[in-house]
Amino acid sequence: MLRLVATRLLTLLLLVWIVSIAVFALVLLIPGDPTSTLLGDNATPEQVATLRASMGLDDPLIVRYGDWLGGALGGDLGTSMLTSYPVTQAITDRIGITVSLVVLSLVVSVVVGLAIGVLAAVRQGGVFDRIALLGSSVGIAMPNFWLGLVLVTFLGAELGLFPTSGYVDLGADPAQWAAHLALPVVTLAAGGAAEIARQARASVVDTLQLDFVRTLHAKGLSPLSIVGKHALRTALIPVITVIGLQVSRLFGLSVLVEAVFALPGIGSLMVQSVFDRDIPMVQGTVLLATVVVVTVNLLVDLSYGWLNPKAALTS
Amino acid sequence: MTALVEKALPATPPESAWRAFRRRFGRQRLAVVMAGVLGVLVLIAVLAPWITPQDPNAQTLLDRLDAPGAEHWLGADDLGRDVASRLIVATRVTIYAGALATVVSMVIGLPFGLLAGYLRGWTDAVLSRIADALMAIPPLLFAMAIVAVLGRGVTNAMIAIGIVTAPRFFRMARGVALVIREETYIEAARSIGCPTSTIVRTHVLPNMASPLIVQVSITMGFAILFEAGLSFLGLGVQPPDASWGSMLQRSTQFAGEAPWLVLLPGLAILLTVLALNTVGDAVRDSVGRENRRLV
Repeated sequence: MLRLVATRLLTLLLLVWIVSIAVFALVLLIPGDPTSTLLGDNATPEQVATLRASMGLDDPLIVRYGDWLGGALGGDLGTSMLTSYPVTQAITDRIGITVSLVVLSLVVSVVVGLAIGVLAAVRQGGVFDRIALLGSSVGIAMPNFWLGLVLVTFLGAELGLFPTSGYVDLGADPAQWAAHLALPVVTLAAGGAAEIARQARASVVDTLQLDFVRTLHAKGLSPLSIVGKHALRTALIPVITVIGLQVSRLFGLSVLVEAVFALPGIGSLMVQSVFDRDIPMVQGTVLLATVVVVTVNLLVDLSYGWLNPKAALTS
Repeated sequence: MTALVEKALPATPPESAWRAFRRRFGRQRLAVVMAGVLGVLVLIAVLAPWITPQDPNAQTLLDRLDAPGAEHWLGADDLGRDVASRLIVATRVTIYAGALATVVSMVIGLPFGLLAGYLRGWTDAVLSRIADALMAIPPLLFAMAIVAVLGRGVTNAMIAIGIVTAPRFFRMARGVALVIREETYIEAARSIGCPTSTIVRTHVLPNMASPLIVQVSITMGFAILFEAGLSFLGLGVQPPDASWGSMLQRSTQFAGEAPWLVLLPGLAILLTVLALNTVGDAVRDSVGRENRRLV
């Protein structure tokens, strides 16, 4: 197990390193001189030269990458090109909102997805199963921000059941915090729940056909305890993979949900930075999101070992 | 003797793989309907400039937020533009965006995947790690980063989506190559001196057809959702041009008076992606048992 953790950790570092190169390389794609964005077209050559030197643009590429990576490792992702506000600070200011949104959505989509998937599998071919299958296909194909727009229009603006935008801190007013996050969480969780339900159904159906399940039936165990105590653990392995993929998905799509509900999280920071072409801010956000995603994937990988000791031995 | 053998043979030759596939696909009614929907959407996209009832960008302020009726079949938006016409021209943007991202994804993913699966060893290890790294970046964020650098617009955004989705085609092609290189008929072809390029062309690529269709339809659906999202944020299609995503952008402000502005573009996206996913799934389910492990 220890060796497994060590290998996976090394792979993670390798991945983050490759991604850091890709993220750093973004600055190379900027057409023209990055200083022209800051100084405008009327800058004197002296101004350009001073700014280039202060931004380190005259150093060789490898030195610039080294400086950037060194800073990033120490928690310094540079400063905003527009406001000189530190990128790390801007991210930490807003990460709480995005994390609450993503974590709550993940919990909701796992609970709802598993419940629907397992029930559909147990009643395979029945009415509930058919509705669940159709519902999950629609859920996967539906643009989540559109669901958000529909919810905010009809439940928020028309009926006034929920606030339509903004965010209230958990510490300030827990009830308002929950009310403000309810619709965003439903919006973000719907697609994930649909995918998890689909995978869970397929996986439980497959598992119920295995020999050991037949043996348990023959021993006279109740169907409920066969699924709950025995089959679910085996069936969960592929489901865990899908859940792991959801984290990356939710993190990415939270950008759209934050835009719909005007939540001041990482996503809205990213959108603003893209409009401002504030590259250090964009780089920092993408790098951070990727680190979060690979870390979660590592945890998912390790959970295989716990669910299925055979997998830990063979890998 | 020969007469006897001929008599013993079945009257009809065994069903070809293609026929069996068509039979199995045809049995899935929803998928057949959805394939028809896709056909109609492509037709609308191709014919868009000729079939719009009105100029999609013409503003008639007197018709502002007109309800669906004789003058505007599907209503008018906040600038008095005909919603039906805008939905039609937006179909073109959607199909273009989905196709562009998918082609970019395939052009990058397929050759590297075949190479990795066929050569294995170091090539495979290095290429697979790069694919893993690309998979780890949330696609929407990557596309936004590319847009931040290269400027707003559908083309830049979809090239970015193509790059981040390339690992899907890479993995698929790698898997197919890994399985097929072990087959005895490949060994036979190699032993009679067939060059690698011929083996890839005549044996590996045909085996890839069905997993490829599955992956293409899923990736297109994925890309269309991202195009809609990016245009909704204002980073894709630029005004006054219409995309289903950009039509949704302003819709909420007027949703109370004109709910069709929120509902119609979203339903269009939902239907398109649902059709692509359903057809993709049906293709996967219609592949014969002998090829199922590849899909």
